[in-house]
Amino acid sequence: MLVLTRKNNESIQIGDDIEIKVLAIEGEQIKIGISAPKSVDIYRKELYVDIQEQNSAAANVTLDLLKLMNQKTEDK
Amino acid sequence: MNLETKYLGEVQIDEDKIIRFSKGLPGFPDESSFIILDLPDNNAFQILQSVNTSSLAFVITNPYLFYTDYSLKLDDELLQQLEIEKQEEVAVYTIVTLKQPFSESTINLRAPIVLNTRTLKGKQYILNDNDYSSKASLTTQGTEAK
Repeated sequence: MLVLTRKNNESIQIGDDIEIKVLAIEGEQIKIGISAPKSVDIYRKELYVDIQEQNSAAANVTLDLLKLMNQKTEDK
Repeated sequence: MNLETKYLGEVQIDEDKIIRFSKGLPGFPDESSFIILDLPDNNAFQILQSVNTSSLAFVITNPYLFYTDYSLKLDDELLQQLEIEKQEEVAVYTIVTLKQPFSESTINLRAPIVLNTRTLKGKQYILNDNDYSSKASLTTQGTEAK
């Protein structure tokens, strides 16, 4: 990982069209502004990892569970 | 064309109904083609089956069946990516994580599958700015939605 030190209001340019700027430093929190093309999705990392993990868990269902689900919904 | 599927064996699918996810799904970046299959004898759930990988399929459902007040705002970037012009062409599904026992199963309200039914473009749309859970209860309505 490339490591750069920046002060408040300083930026990092990634490629031609992505800018990441330090907007404020408040105690332990750092406010970051990101300018990027609309085609670039930006997420908090922990949220993205959570969705990846949920997708993996959802994809790992066995056929038996599917049968179970059918039984349960038929019961209703 | 015929497609070997994870849950339903070999089925015939209409190639004109294949949905394109240009960037795949989180965790499955290379899976860009899926098709929605109905489950026999079950109207509540469908299967989102990968066209390229027969062993990859998700159980999906209509979130409004379980959370009637579920709501999401589609931002301009998403409208542009999926070429959405009218609300009527939008379909929303959520991925189900089935568990044993069934009552512990969850649905991912935080990252719904949004489709344009006209252009057949889809995306798993991660909601950055709300509190919906990625593991909302499927059976305890309302209590764990937020």
